[in-house]
Amino acid sequence: MIRFSAIRLVEIAVTVLVMSFLIYVLIGLMPGDPIDLMRQADPRMSAADVARLKVVYGLDQPLFARYLGWLRLALAGDLGYSRLFAAPVWSALLPRLGNSLLLMGSSFFLALALALGLGIAAARRPNSRLDGPINLFCFAGVSMPTFWLALVLILVFATGLGWLPASGIATAGTSGLGDRLSHLVLPVATLTLASIGGYTRYVRAAMKEALAQDHIRTARAKGASEARVILHHAMRSALIPVTTILALSFGGLVSGALVTETMFAYPGMGKLIFDAVMGNDYNLALVALLLATITTMLANLAADLAYGWLDPRVSYR
Amino acid sequence: MGQRGSRRLPALAIALLLSSPAFGDERDSLTIGITQFPSTLNPNIDAMAAKSYVLGMALRPFTVYDADWQLICLLCVTLPSIENGLAVPVDLADGKKGIDITYTIRPEANWGDGAPVTTDDVLFTYEVGRDPKSAVGNAEFYRRITGIDVKDEKTFTLHVDKLTFDYAAINDFVLLPAHIERAAFADPAQYRVRTLYNTEPTNPGLYNGPYRVSEVAAGSYVLLEPNPHWAGSPGHFRRITVRAIENTAALEANLLSGTIDMVAGELGLSLDEALAFEKRHGDAFRMIYQPGLVYEHIDLNLDRPALADRRVREALILGLDREAISKSLFAGRQKVADSFVHPLDAGYSADTPRYQYDPARAATLLDATGWQVGPGGIRRNAAGQTLSLELMTTAGNRTRELVEQVLQSQWRKLGVDIRIKNEPARVLFGETVPHRRFDMAMYAWISAPENVPRSILHSSEVPDAANGFAGQNAAGFNSPEMDRLIDALEIELDPRKRKALWADAQRLYATELPSLPLFFRSDVFILPKWLSGVRPTGNQYPTTLWITDWTVQP
Repeated sequence: MIRFSAIRLVEIAVTVLVMSFLIYVLIGLMPGDPIDLMRQADPRMSAADVARLKVVYGLDQPLFARYLGWLRLALAGDLGYSRLFAAPVWSALLPRLGNSLLLMGSSFFLALALALGLGIAAARRPNSRLDGPINLFCFAGVSMPTFWLALVLILVFATGLGWLPASGIATAGTSGLGDRLSHLVLPVATLTLASIGGYTRYVRAAMKEALAQDHIRTARAKGASEARVILHHAMRSALIPVTTILALSFGGLVSGALVTETMFAYPGMGKLIFDAVMGNDYNLALVALLLATITTMLANLAADLAYGWLDPRVSYR
Repeated sequence: MGQRGSRRLPALAIALLLSSPAFGDERDSLTIGITQFPSTLNPNIDAMAAKSYVLGMALRPFTVYDADWQLICLLCVTLPSIENGLAVPVDLADGKKGIDITYTIRPEANWGDGAPVTTDDVLFTYEVGRDPKSAVGNAEFYRRITGIDVKDEKTFTLHVDKLTFDYAAINDFVLLPAHIERAAFADPAQYRVRTLYNTEPTNPGLYNGPYRVSEVAAGSYVLLEPNPHWAGSPGHFRRITVRAIENTAALEANLLSGTIDMVAGELGLSLDEALAFEKRHGDAFRMIYQPGLVYEHIDLNLDRPALADRRVREALILGLDREAISKSLFAGRQKVADSFVHPLDAGYSADTPRYQYDPARAATLLDATGWQVGPGGIRRNAAGQTLSLELMTTAGNRTRELVEQVLQSQWRKLGVDIRIKNEPARVLFGETVPHRRFDMAMYAWISAPENVPRSILHSSEVPDAANGFAGQNAAGFNSPEMDRLIDALEIELDPRKRKALWADAQRLYATELPSLPLFFRSDVFILPKWLSGVRPTGNQYPTTLWITDWTVQP
């Protein structure tokens, strides 16, 4: 297992290096550079100003030379400066990463917990009176556009009932936990409702297949309780495909949810990555996207290792 | 259980009612919604409307144009003029005319930490602006100043290398606090990174306006509180929050829920969104429609053979019913433009040719240029080529896309085939327009009162490889007469003669039609009924510069 993990970590390092080059080049090949964008905001900027600023920001250098310069500094621990946020990359990124982990993590675990309950309930009695509504709920969640769902929740709970704030992460000038949590409710609810359907369908399918296996019938014949059959015997095999899906979802924890963040004016990673890419903020976009890449790959490695625990037949080579 | 719940409801309602601003609260705080968040608060790096909006409350420029589009002093005591002797034309060594202009900083002007605003700040700001490594965006103003003489702590004289009619306007000269910023400028190349406006934006010493920034939640909001060392009339509000909500549907919902009190016109809803909002909720708010200096137009690429003929350009504008578009899409709130000069501008001339909708004359002109109606109703020339043009605008801009569809339909009736090809703003402005890879491009120019149109109409500003595609005369308009008028306009001091030059420039523009004038965009301010004193300017200077006039009416 140690050898397997070491090889995978080397693969991850190589992939991250290749990804860093590809992301840098792709952003660089997009039309317009940061100074062109500045000129749109200030039409009085002269050609001399444009040329001067391109030198100041290092944009007069060839793309590959700029990438090598970035890589050299990054390997020395300096991830550079974000032009859009007027701050070192880490300073711009960390608060938003925290916000995203809070938002995405809360909705992820909430959706997962609910999906496990609903998926197992539906799988135990397929096509029953319970399975139908659960399926309907799942498809509704998957089908509803996130921006629409967000808007409906804002209109009902913020505008109509006035129970919850409509946007932001906190009320200006306050630092209370209650205030912070109240700002989380609607975005978390939006993301949970949007993702719960997909997770439930995976859990239902995996559990349904697990419950049909021979060892489950044997366990029941030996007189095991239904709870033990579900939680000890069926769940373990059902979790293998679900683990794969969850591992893939982990990248989302750090890459954020653009639509939800935009609708709730929630400063998270999704909006940060979008703004950084659109604003040609190379340093910030690169680090944020690489962070999402690394998280996804590490989560997949963790999932691979978890397979061995969930199914002793799995071996690492 | 149900009974207990029903008992709680009235109590909850009363609590909510009492917590609403109408009861008990003295309305000493104001929350403003805008659609953008400023990337930096340094006044001289990276021009951004959101930054100007926030800094309008916290920093005083020397001079600005007010709501009557008159140049006024904000940080200076007296506006210099040749008549009052504070501006003195001088002969330069190269035979040209320059000017020496003397300003005095208001004696009571202080930074938020109590330090006085002095000529030391003037010299430091000049030093930053002049340094090519300092990342100051528009450095033209600093390049034109050849030197500064300091008379005392409050009075200084600028030596400017060109005598222009707007010599007294030093609107771009926003002072930096030397006493705390100088250390960040030790290495000019690192200034944009180390400026305290980025590293310590709540330092009170950075602000000299009626308010100072007291909290910044990046990407979310900026909180402002009164500057204790402000000596002018104080602002009414104890706290002002400027909250960024980019999605306009969410912005509306926030307004309705009371999370924000108002939507700024400078960075708020588009006109069509505001009109729809007014229909649904207009009774609950005060809506102000302010026509402004944002000039929506269609640049025509004059290098395209069909568009090189002036008569075709005239036919295109005669074939447009712009009044009907304004009425049907914008309830008549978006003023039809005759040229690039706004009717409120001092340079506006009513003698400018106007083009009313006249499809018959448009058809005659096209016939005369050899574009005859062919099969399918599309015009063709003698070589069999169809009169087919590509119309581009910024993809995702709903208002422009709506207008675009009407234009396509109206021109189709004339026999002109319009193919719509929209691109994201960064592609359109980053690549297509600067490289002049378009037939017709619909977008806006942002200007200032009495803004000489050098960058958009002078032949030296046609973007090409020589100027790094940095010029803004994307139509490729090359008129010696317009060049002469622009050169003369800049240096003509006599208002009467300048007015005549402005009239000539507008007449030439409206006759030659390098671009088709469409509308002057309106900003829509959505204000609570209890707020008074907000006076939209219609120019690039935000309403927040006059924040101390904003009050609560009983």
